[in-house]
Amino acid sequence: MLQIEKVNTHYGPIQALHDVTVEVKKGEIVTLIGANGAGKTTLMMTICGDPKASSGRIVFDGEDITGLPTSQIMRKGLAIVPEGRRVFARLTVQENLHMGAYFRTKAEYEESLSHVLELFPRLRERFSQRAGTMSGGEQQMLAIGRAMMSKPRMILLDEPSLGLAPIIIQQIFEIIEQLRSEGVTIFLVEQNANQALKIADRGYVLENGRVVMTGSGESLLTDENVRKAYLGG
Amino acid sequence: MTEASLYLLQQLINGLTIGSTYALIAIGYTMVYGIIGMINFAHGEIYMIGSYISFIVIAGLLGMGMVALPVILLIALIVAVLIASTYGWTIERVAYRPLRGSNRLIPLISAIGMSIFLQNYVVLAQGARDIALPPQISGGWNFGDPQLFEVSLSYMQLIIWAATFVCMTALTLFISRSRIGRACRACAEDRGMTNLLGIDTDRTIAMTFIIGAALAAVAGLLLGLYYGVVNPFVGFIAGLKAFTAAVLGGIGSIPGAMLGGLILGVTEALTSAYFPSEYKDVVSFGLLVLILLFRPSGLLGKPEVEKV
Repeated sequence: MLQIEKVNTHYGPIQALHDVTVEVKKGEIVTLIGANGAGKTTLMMTICGDPKASSGRIVFDGEDITGLPTSQIMRKGLAIVPEGRRVFARLTVQENLHMGAYFRTKAEYEESLSHVLELFPRLRERFSQRAGTMSGGEQQMLAIGRAMMSKPRMILLDEPSLGLAPIIIQQIFEIIEQLRSEGVTIFLVEQNANQALKIADRGYVLENGRVVMTGSGESLLTDENVRKAYLGG
Repeated sequence: MTEASLYLLQQLINGLTIGSTYALIAIGYTMVYGIIGMINFAHGEIYMIGSYISFIVIAGLLGMGMVALPVILLIALIVAVLIASTYGWTIERVAYRPLRGSNRLIPLISAIGMSIFLQNYVVLAQGARDIALPPQISGGWNFGDPQLFEVSLSYMQLIIWAATFVCMTALTLFISRSRIGRACRACAEDRGMTNLLGIDTDRTIAMTFIIGAALAAVAGLLLGLYYGVVNPFVGFIAGLKAFTAAVLGGIGSIPGAMLGGLILGVTEALTSAYFPSEYKDVVSFGLLVLILLFRPSGLLGKPEVEKV
């Protein structure tokens, strides 16, 4: 579904990604783990075309999207829940969800809306409230809901558990598995490696902008080096 | 009513009239600032061009022997709005968009350059002298006490109030209810995220320039008719006043620009009523300095507390 082939990304003179090759197959949950500053978010954003890859190829659903502008890439059935959630704080919950369904018809919007509100009953309670007044967990639910509103075939999630209470994190991971069961392909970036690898089919480990290891979620969970570096021994 | 209060009433009428047009122009400053964080210093020139175009269209249609004034004004309005919007869009496209992502100061300098360019281009095309148009809409109501002070409310003033009210209502509805308006607000808050939702934010930005220019053109037509004269330099001072209004109300805030325009207009009218009228600009720009010193976020521009 998504092939990232030998991608290099630069921020000005600084190279953030080195020959990164990652594949996410249809229906999979693939997770990318790594320390702060390893380039996880950069890889996510490179898929979205912001920043653009300086070399290499990104293919989504059989189509080369490497050089396309962000706005075009994001209309191809791909959605992102970005780092830090980035909900529109001054817009209401409803308006945020509406923004996610910008290019869809009224009927499609209604259909996705009822699905999202069913999955996140809290958002129904907060429907006309400004997003900025909600708690971090609620904002994260809104960010996921907003991504779902475009009915994407694949969702990129960047650190969805960051800064949330354990019980909320549990809910978020349940939602991710629920999405997969609905046929949505998931590419998940996490610092919470333990939980991410538990639900992932496969995982990649990123270090200093390079993929240093890959394998099934289970094999990475039990790998000695991964345990030492990312799972606290 | 006493003479003094009738006199005051007259000043309020005059102030609200000028203030309405400041508010119309101020919208362009505030929307552009809200979405890309730059002051479009060429915006006053758009207003000036709008004024010129309406003069040319009105004079042309009168010269062709057309007599139906409402039709003439409507045509002038449409033509001025269309052409001014094209200017607004073009300025953004050639002078600002290529600089996006660079240091904030750079588009600002480009804007000042654009302003000087447009001013001189109109000087070359139309001459530097005043162009006058005989009053098209005369008459009004007079009330008060003829013995003491007669307050006059002209039809032209009423038209300015009504036109401003219609424009502001339409704009408010557009921004708060429509799909594109929602995208404008989202874009003002987080352009990158709006882009990540598949929206071409360059088009959203272009849209704000077009809306701002259209409203400035409406102000150009109205003030042109009100004063009956236009020259290539009217945009500079009107632009600065509208900018002051936008800052006063809170730059980036649309209701702020409306309120700021009205307050500034009334302040000016009161200043010229009770002091020598040369003090008018001193007070306006003194006000700008004071706001920037003591309340840089303006009257309504207070940023909302956001949870992270």
